[in-house]
Amino acid sequence: MARALKTAPAGNGAPAGAAAALVRPVLVRAGGAVAVLWGAATATFVLLRIMPGSTADVLLARSTVSPEIRARLIADYRLDDGLGAQYAAYLSRLVRGDFGESHVLRRPVTEVLAVQVPHTLALLGTTTAVTVGASLVLAVISARAGRLVRGAFAAVEALLVAVPPFWLGLILLSAFSFTLPLFPAVGSSSPSGLVLPTIALAAGPVALITGVLRESMLRALDEPFVLTARTRGISETAVQVRHVLRHAVLPAAGLLGWVGGTLLGGAVIIEIVFSRQGVGRLVLSAVQNKDLPVVVAVVLLSAVVFVLFTMLVDVLTWLADPRTRTEAL
Amino acid sequence: MRKLKPGLWLAVAGLVILAGMAAVPGLFTTADPDAADLSATFTPPGPGHWLGTDENGRDLWARIVYGARPSLLIGAGSVALALLAGTVIGVASAQLGRVTDQVLGRSLEVLLSVPWLLLVFLVVAVLGPGAFPAMVGLSLVGLPGFARVVRAEVLRLRAAPFVEAAHGFGWTRARVVLRHVVPNALGPVLALATVSLGAMIVAGSSLGFVGLGPRPPTAEWGAMLATSRRTLSVAWWPAAFPGLALTLAVLAITTLGQDLQRRIAGRSR
Repeated sequence: MARALKTAPAGNGAPAGAAAALVRPVLVRAGGAVAVLWGAATATFVLLRIMPGSTADVLLARSTVSPEIRARLIADYRLDDGLGAQYAAYLSRLVRGDFGESHVLRRPVTEVLAVQVPHTLALLGTTTAVTVGASLVLAVISARAGRLVRGAFAAVEALLVAVPPFWLGLILLSAFSFTLPLFPAVGSSSPSGLVLPTIALAAGPVALITGVLRESMLRALDEPFVLTARTRGISETAVQVRHVLRHAVLPAAGLLGWVGGTLLGGAVIIEIVFSRQGVGRLVLSAVQNKDLPVVVAVVLLSAVVFVLFTMLVDVLTWLADPRTRTEAL
Repeated sequence: MRKLKPGLWLAVAGLVILAGMAAVPGLFTTADPDAADLSATFTPPGPGHWLGTDENGRDLWARIVYGARPSLLIGAGSVALALLAGTVIGVASAQLGRVTDQVLGRSLEVLLSVPWLLLVFLVVAVLGPGAFPAMVGLSLVGLPGFARVVRAEVLRLRAAPFVEAAHGFGWTRARVVLRHVVPNALGPVLALATVSLGAMIVAGSSLGFVGLGPRPPTAEWGAMLATSRRTLSVAWWPAAFPGLALTLAVLAITTLGQDLQRRIAGRSR
């Protein structure tokens, strides 16, 4: 662990120096991210090639199109050329943000996605806000509570982590849309339509993060710096929030990558439970129709989002805790 | 030997019941899970049908009991495939040198960069819906975890004194691996397999729920929940009980798996 404890030359409290020291590790990370995304793009290229039938048929999802459209597709993807030319054409299209055309929906994939992405982002946004807010509040409350209450929190957390989000969604729908008509059962236009899906999606991550935060807060409470803070005479809440919580956030930040992936996947199912518009319903119908340009685009875009998100978490961790500042990050 | 906690006993009991349901469903119910009774649709829970009936008048308890098998099989099948492929990749990473290790490590990162459901969707889009494509897709989700644990275990054990000693006896490499490395690496791998089983059962039923797993007449928990979604305004019980069964099954399995992981972590320290 000696290596991990080595601090960056800039040290703490020198913003300009810290920014300069940040350049190298961020570049290293960015290189890794590009490699991963290139790998994902290559994997989907190989996948499209090894599918039974000609690649043109695969991309057309076996829908009947006019010979002109077929010819244009073959020219766009350079399907009559060698494998290397096809691969180069595929990559250059992806880099330009061109994911081809959905021949099932008869529209460019980017256009189809542009309509659906905002709906999914709204759900992911509220869920992230609720997850962060609720976990922080619940962790502080439960860390201050007695043994018995803490045990109850831990039991409920274990239960909520095990509950499949789509089932929780069904139960919430049954209770708060059908039995008590408080929230709309379908649709996504109004803000009140976001309440139940957000709860269903956030419950698991909130339970998990609250547990981890509380454990590390309880550990941090034994640290000497807490005693120091208390002897300065500041209030217990200030100790909890300013010192203990700051110290405890880091182990929880390590979970954020996992949570991000879970939320992206979970949102797809939650959209289906609540019959919401969004990428989830789009990609599900694409899978059912073998509309591969759409499926591939959603997979690659979510990989981009996930990779950027993990990088962001790494950089934030690096900024928050000088101890994690190694050369390699 | 540490005393078992009551929660753990409950988990073991739950798992035994679950395995019993999957193996011999006839022991738990005399009703036919597929027998429709259109004069008794949506009977609320009560005597005769303790958990009520669904939109075709089929007994929900019977369907939940018979649904244990497909739900468990998809989970277990995915874990088995992931474990197998993960072991091969993990051993290759540890043994075949730095370049192989780097390439395989990066490839696993590619798998990890795609949210699990979309990864499965991609596989199902290519192979078509059904139980087998679902298992292949889910095994890709679990694979990186197994590969990493196996790789770490092989690296740890290769440097362990008792393995060096075995080499010193002049044993063949294969004998050392079979007699010392495999048995010692088994613990962490099996603990991960147990925890993954819980996650895979939920994931498998999620696929059933969106209509990409076993199709509706099959009594599979996810497919049952999908049907219940459409009749939620009429009856809550077809949505409540299969999901409860799923939650309890997963809770039991993960409780057990996490306890195994803690024990192993405690032992190796």
